[in-house]
Formats: sequence, structure tokens, C-alpha cells
Amino acid sequence: GPPRVSLPHGPSFRGGPCPARDLAHPSAAAGRRCAPGPAPPEGARLRAGGPEAALSARLRCHVSGRRGMGGRALCALLWLLQAGRAGGAELTFELPDSARQCFHEPLQRGLRFTLDFQVITGGHYDVDCSVEDPNGKTLYQEAKKQYDSFTHRAEVTGVYTFCFSNEFSTFSHKTVYFDFQVGDEPPILPDMSHRVTALTQMESACVTIHEALNSVIDSQTHYRLREAQDRIRAEELNNHVSYWSVGETLLLLVVSVSQVMLLKSFFTETRATAGVVST
Amino acid sequence: MAARGGLLVLVLLLLVSAVSRSFGLYFHLGETERRCFIEEIPDETMVIGNYRTQLYDKQREDYMPATPGLGMFVEVKDPDDKLILSRQYGSEGRFTFTSHAPGEHQICLHSNSTKFSLFAGGMLRVHLDIQVGEHANDYAEIAAKDKLSELQLRVRQLIEQVEQIQKEQNYQRWREERFRQTSESTNQRVLWWSIVQTLILVSIGLWQMRHLKSFFEAKKLV
Repeated sequence: GPPRVSLPHGPSFRGGPCPARDLAHPSAAAGRRCAPGPAPPEGARLRAGGPEAALSARLRCHVSGRRGMGGRALCALLWLLQAGRAGGAELTFELPDSARQCFHEPLQRGLRFTLDFQVITGGHYDVDCSVEDPNGKTLYQEAKKQYDSFTHRAEVTGVYTFCFSNEFSTFSHKTVYFDFQVGDEPPILPDMSHRVTALTQMESACVTIHEALNSVIDSQTHYRLREAQDRIRAEELNNHVSYWSVGETLLLLVVSVSQVMLLKSFFTETRATAGVVST
Repeated sequence: MAARGGLLVLVLLLLVSAVSRSFGLYFHLGETERRCFIEEIPDETMVIGNYRTQLYDKQREDYMPATPGLGMFVEVKDPDDKLILSRQYGSEGRFTFTSHAPGEHQICLHSNSTKFSLFAGGMLRVHLDIQVGEHANDYAEIAAKDKLSELQLRVRQLIEQVEQIQKEQNYQRWREERFRQTSESTNQRVLWWSIVQTLILVSIGLWQMRHLKSFFEAKKLV
């Protein structure tokens, strides 16, 4: 691998020794600058992912000391297992009126998940949302919400369900965006040799930039959704103005012509009856 | 001995991880049902979609991987409602497309099942995963192909992310211009309509009075 730059100890470095994190786990670095110290004790937490992280850290630290194919193989599949835990989905779909759509995600115990949703178009821009755990317990239930964010740590291993309902609406279709994030970000590469060493300044800076860019992308998504909402509202307003102006013109013409006709008909009848009476 | 044992464990756990690693999110799809997802993306953005289907097996009372004959139709429409992808894939598939116009792309899925007995009143379980832009990159592959170190790979990822942000910013500018045009058009229409309405009212009033006056003069009432 690349040669490790040894960082000088001194007043320019704040914080304690670097924990055993590496480039592959960006969420762990969080931009903290630290001096490389002794290797942390086994079982040190590598990621804020829960008990699994500590367990895999212990295993990893244990097998990295082993030489040969077996140790490296075990490391590789531990990485794969860990990478399999994190995930997520970001989807935008149309919810017809009086409809309910559910999505399911199998999760393991201890994983932290976040559900963000926002209604983009339709009616009063609101939707019912509910989240249930595998035992059927309702974790979150809100009615007629325009947007919300719900975070929860999974206590039970199983399939979690979240549903969006438009059953209260009779004719407006809703477009709903949701972002379901699970666990922490997976590592970028399988890395077996640098598991227990500290981050260099370069790597730490890269991880900081990566996290900052992630938050920029999140902001962009947020602004994109709000802009879509406003733009669609403006286009609807434009259409309504068109229809209304044409409709009102026709209405005006019809009403004015029929007024004149009606008035004329009054005087014509009176004349006829007057003529009949006089003779 | 340890090497062989390790290899076996590796293979086994690779299989396990392949199953657990696959996209978790799923939803149920009826037989004739069509589910559409919208992706609002800038132009020249790659989108990769992976899906996996499962069918309810009454005997085992569980969802099993669908029969090979069952396929899914995937249709992708661009913002101008033009079909850019329309293909049938098997029970498990992966579709890719690159957007050439910025805007809302619609990805629709429906099954190709014509035999109603196949579903037996149950539903099809569809696991879906859609990755857009930078998330669609396979970094392990890039690292292997270009022989990059960790740091170089991380920098490559940062470059991709920044490019995605730039594309999104340009798209945002285009969208804002469209929004502004719509608002100005509404403003114009309201202005013109109020002028036209006033003119129509005045002219109709004049016509009414003139018409009635001539009517009453003819009837010798005035």
C-alpha cells in the first residue's frame, strides 16, 4: 500500500490518538485531526453502526494478525458482510387517489435507519405515513403530513414496513419522494492491510471533503424538491388562468346575449296581449 | 490446510453476502399492475436499476425466486414523453440508461404474465434498487482497472461527486429559468385578460344599449 506519512506530535494537533479507522470508513473520521498513537485495544468501535461494528472490529483486529490465505480471506468476507448491511433507497413515485402503497425493507437488529419523505405534487401536498416493525408495532404514524424525517434504531431483526396512504383524497394524485437510509456508508474498497493503522492527514482531509460533499448533495436534493413543488404550482396557476379567461369570456357573451333576448321577449308578449285586449 | 479452509469459508460467506448484500427494499406488485418511479435528473447522467422478483409459493408458504419464464417489462420515458428504453428482462435484471435531456424521467415496471393462474391470486414481490449518477459507479472495478490506491480512489470519488454537483447546479439554473418563464407568462396573461375583460364589458354594454334602443324605437315605446 501507499507509504504512511508519520504525523508530527505537537501543538498543531488536537485531540487524542486516532482510533483504528481508515479511509474505508468515512463516517468514522468526522474531520477530527488526531495524532497517530498506539493501536487501540481490541473491540474498539470502528463505526457508529452498533454492536455489529464492535464485533467486526474485534474479529478484524484478530485476523489481521494472522498470516496466509485464511486470514486475508476472512478479512475479505468480513468486509463483504459489513458492506452488505448498509444500504438505502431513494425513490419518487405517484400515489393515486384513495390508494395506499407500502414498501418493505429487511433490517438487522441494531441498525439505525432514517426515513425522509416529502410530497411534491397533488392536492394539499399532504400524505399519511406509517412505519411498522416486524412484530406489527407502529413506530411512526402521522396523518396529512407534507414532509417529515423519522429516525429509529431497529430493535428486532426482520422486515420493516413503511406505507404511504392517500385514502383521504378522492381525486388528487400525489407524487411522493422518500429517502430510506440504513446504517452507515459502506466502505469504498476492500482493504485488508490497513485496518488497524491510523489515518494520514491527506486521508482525513479527503474523508472530511467527502462528508461535506454528501451534505451538499443532500441540500441540493432538498432544494430540487422544493423548486419542483413551486414550479408545478406555478404551471398549474398558468393553466388555470388560461382556462378561466376563456371560460369567463364565453360566459360573459352568453349572459349578455341572453339578457337582451329575455328583455325583448318581455316586451313582445306584452304587445301581443295588449293587442288582444284592445280588439 | 488453513488456506483451503479459508478459501471454502470465503466462498461460502461470499454466497451469503451476495444474498444479504442484494438490494433490500421491496414492494408487492399485482399481475396487471404497473408501477412507475420518477427520477428528476440533469442530462448526461447514468442511471442503473437492479431488480429481483419473487413469487409466492403456496406449498412452502413463502416467497421463492420466480420461475425463469416470468419477466418484467421495463419502460423508461424521457421528459418529452419519448420512450428511451423499452425492454423485457427476466425475473432478475439490470437496466441502464443515460439521460440526454434534463428533467423528469419515468421508469415503469410491469410483469409480462398473461397466465392468471401463475400468480394464483398472490402478489409478485419486486426488490428494486435504482442508483443515479455518482452512486452508480462501481469503485472496486475502477480501482482494479486503473490500479488506484485508496487515496487516489477517494480523490476520484470526490471528483465524481463534484461533477455531479456541478451538473445539478446547471440543471437547477435551467429549471429556475423555466419557472421564471412560467411566472412571467402567468403575469402577462393576467394583465392581458384584465384589459380584454374591461374592453369586452364596455363593448357589450354599448351593444346592449344600442340594440335595445333600436328595438324599443321599432316597437314605438320610446
